[in-house]
Amino acid sequence: MARPILELRNLTTVFPTRRGEVRAVDAVNLALYPGQILGLVGESGCGKSTVLLSILGLIARPGRITGEVLLDGRDLTKLSNRELRRLRGKEIAMIFQDPLSTLNPAFPVGEQIRESLRLHNMLPGPWLWPFDAGRRQREKERVLQVMEEVGIPAPEARYRAYPHQFSGGMQQRALIAIGLACNPRILLADEPTTALDVTIQAQIIALMKRINQEHGAAIILVTHDLGLAAEFCDHIAVMYAGRIVEIGSVDQVIENPQHPYTQGLLRCIPNLKERRPLQPIPGSVPDLADLPLGCAFAPRCPDFQPVCAEGFFRLQPVIENGRKKVHRSGEVHMARCLRLTGYRMPEDD
Amino acid sequence: MRLVKILERLLAAIPIMIGVAVIVFLFMRLTPGDPVDIMMGQGGMVTAGEIERLRSEFNLDKPLHEQLALFLFGLLRGDMGNSFTKQRPVAQLIAERLPATIELALGAMLFGLLVAFPIGIISAVRQNSLTDRLSMAGAFLGISMPPFWLGILLILIFSVHLKWLPVQGRIGADVHLTTVTGFYVLDSILTGNREALISSLRHLVLPSVTLGAAVAAIVARVLRSSMLECLRSDYVKLARAKGAGEFSAVAKHALRNALIPTVTVVGLQVGVLLGGNMIVEAVFGWPGLGRLVVDAIFARDFPLVQGAVMVYAFTFVAANLIVDVLYTYLNPKIEM
Repeated sequence: MARPILELRNLTTVFPTRRGEVRAVDAVNLALYPGQILGLVGESGCGKSTVLLSILGLIARPGRITGEVLLDGRDLTKLSNRELRRLRGKEIAMIFQDPLSTLNPAFPVGEQIRESLRLHNMLPGPWLWPFDAGRRQREKERVLQVMEEVGIPAPEARYRAYPHQFSGGMQQRALIAIGLACNPRILLADEPTTALDVTIQAQIIALMKRINQEHGAAIILVTHDLGLAAEFCDHIAVMYAGRIVEIGSVDQVIENPQHPYTQGLLRCIPNLKERRPLQPIPGSVPDLADLPLGCAFAPRCPDFQPVCAEGFFRLQPVIENGRKKVHRSGEVHMARCLRLTGYRMPEDD
Repeated sequence: MRLVKILERLLAAIPIMIGVAVIVFLFMRLTPGDPVDIMMGQGGMVTAGEIERLRSEFNLDKPLHEQLALFLFGLLRGDMGNSFTKQRPVAQLIAERLPATIELALGAMLFGLLVAFPIGIISAVRQNSLTDRLSMAGAFLGISMPPFWLGILLILIFSVHLKWLPVQGRIGADVHLTTVTGFYVLDSILTGNREALISSLRHLVLPSVTLGAAVAAIVARVLRSSMLECLRSDYVKLARAKGAGEFSAVAKHALRNALIPTVTVVGLQVGVLLGGNMIVEAVFGWPGLGRLVVDAIFARDFPLVQGAVMVYAFTFVAANLIVDVLYTYLNPKIEM
C-alpha cells in the first residue's frame, strides 16, 4: 500500500476565548493517499474548514495548532513561515467557499491567477524577474491555458476582466484556476459548490473529478452535503464538534453507517424516488466552549444511554462477525461510539 | 472615454458654482452692517453727498436683483469686480494670496498622509497592541485639539524654546527670492535658490503640522478601520493560501481595497484644510487667502468675499472630482 502524501496526527486547533479554550479541531487523525478524494463531512461549525486552514498553517493568532501535519513525512507545523509559504499554493492549494468574496475585487482575474505563478517563480527565465519581459508573456500563456482547462470560455477576453464581471460559476472556476495554476499535488476544497446553483454545482464537481483524474491531485473536499460526498469521494470522514466520529470508504460509511450521527445525516438526505419524509436530527450543534462530558453527540442521540454522558470514546474499528472491516484500499472502517466498544443495545437482548 | 466623463462633470459643476454665487451674494447682503458705513466710520467727517457717491460707485444704490445680475455677468466674463476696501480687482488680490494658501494646504495634506498611512496600516495589522492604542489615542487628541491652540503650543516648543523653527511668515526677511509662480518652495527650486528653499521649507513645517494634524488623525482612523475589515476578508486569506508573504497580503491585497473609503475621506479633508487655514494663517502670520477673507468679511467687502468663496467652492468641487476619478481606478466596480 502506498504511503500517504498527507497525514494528520492528533491535529488539534485551539482558540482561546473569554469563556475558555475552544477546541475547534480535536485530535484529528487522517491520511490522504496519492490520487485519493477524501470527503470531510459535517454541519457548519464542526471544525471541518479549520482542519484545512490548520493544514496550511493559516490559523491566525491567538489560535494555535498542536499535533503533526505530515507532507511526505515532513511536519508542516515545525516549518518556518517562509518555508510554509513556499508550499502554500504550490504543493497544497486551497479552493474557498464563497468565490465572490474570495477573489480580490480590485484586481483583474487573470492577474490573480498569474500571481500564483509569480509567487512561486514557476516559470523562471534566464533573466532576473524585473527585467524579464518574456516572463510575463509566458505566465500569461500558462494562465490562459489554465483558464481554458477549468472551462472559462474566451479566456483571452476574460483575462483582464474583474471578478464582479463574472457569473458565480465562472468565479468558482477562476478560483479553481488559481488553485491549479502551480499544479499542486493536493487540493483542499472548502465547500466549493455551496454558493452555486445545482446545475453549476454538478459542472464544478465534474471539473474537480477531471482534475483528480488527469493531474492525479489528491483532494480533500469539505462539505456539509453527505450526498455530494458519497457521489464524489473515495473516502469519507464525518466530523462532529471538532472530532471525527466515523471514517471509512464511501461504501462502508454510506451503506453501513455505524455512528448515530452519520445515520442521522443520511436520513436528512432527500430521496427523490421514495419520497419518504425527511427525519431531521433534533437539537443543534453543541457550543464548542461548553462541550458535554462524554460523547458530544449524546444530547441529540436517539440511542442515548446513560453511560454515553460519562466517558471519553476513542475511534474504534467496526467489528463485524468478529473481524475488522477493512476496505480493499486498506482503510479501516472506524467509528467513535460506545456501541462499538461493548455495551449492548437494548434491542439486542 | 474617461476624459469625456471628466468634461461632463466639469460642466455639471457650473450650476453648482452659480448656486454658490447666488447664495453667497444673498448672505452677504443679509448680514447686518453696511460696507460704506464701515468705511466712513473710520473717515471722520463725511458728507451725505460723498456717501451717495460711494454707494453708486459700488452699485449699492441699485436694486438687489440688478446687483446680482451684474455680479453673475461679471463672473461669466471672469471679472469678480473691485474690492471695496483695497480698490483693486478681486481677481488680482486673490491671485496674490492663493499660492500661499495652496502651498500650506499641500504641506498640511502631505504631512497628514505621511503620518496617517503608516499609523493606520500598522494599527490595523497590530490591532489592540500598544502601538495601536497609543496611535489611536494620539489620533483622538489630533481630532479634538483646536488648531489655534496646537499652533501656539508648537510655536512655544519649537520656535521659542528650542529655536529650531521660525515663528512667523513664509520666508526669512533677509532671504531674497525672485517670485515666479508665487509658490515659494517651487520658486526656490526653479531659480536654484538653495537658501530660499531651506528657509521657505522651514517656515512651512509648523503651519503644515498644525493644519495637517486633524487630517492625519481622521485619515489614520478611517484607514485603520477599513484595513481591519480588509485584513479579515476572504481575499486576504486566499492571498496567504496562494503563498503570498505578509507584506504582499497587507500592502497589496488589503491596502488596495482599504484605499477606497480612505480616498473619499481625504477628498473631504480638502474642505477642512481650506476652512481651517484662516485660523492657522492668523496664528502663523501666513499671508494667505484665509486672512484676506477674514478681513474682507469684517469690512463687508462684498466683492472680495464673494470672489474668495467662489475660489473655495471651485477648489472643493475640483478636489471631489479628482477623488471621483481616482475612484474609478481604485474600484473597478465603479465607472464614472
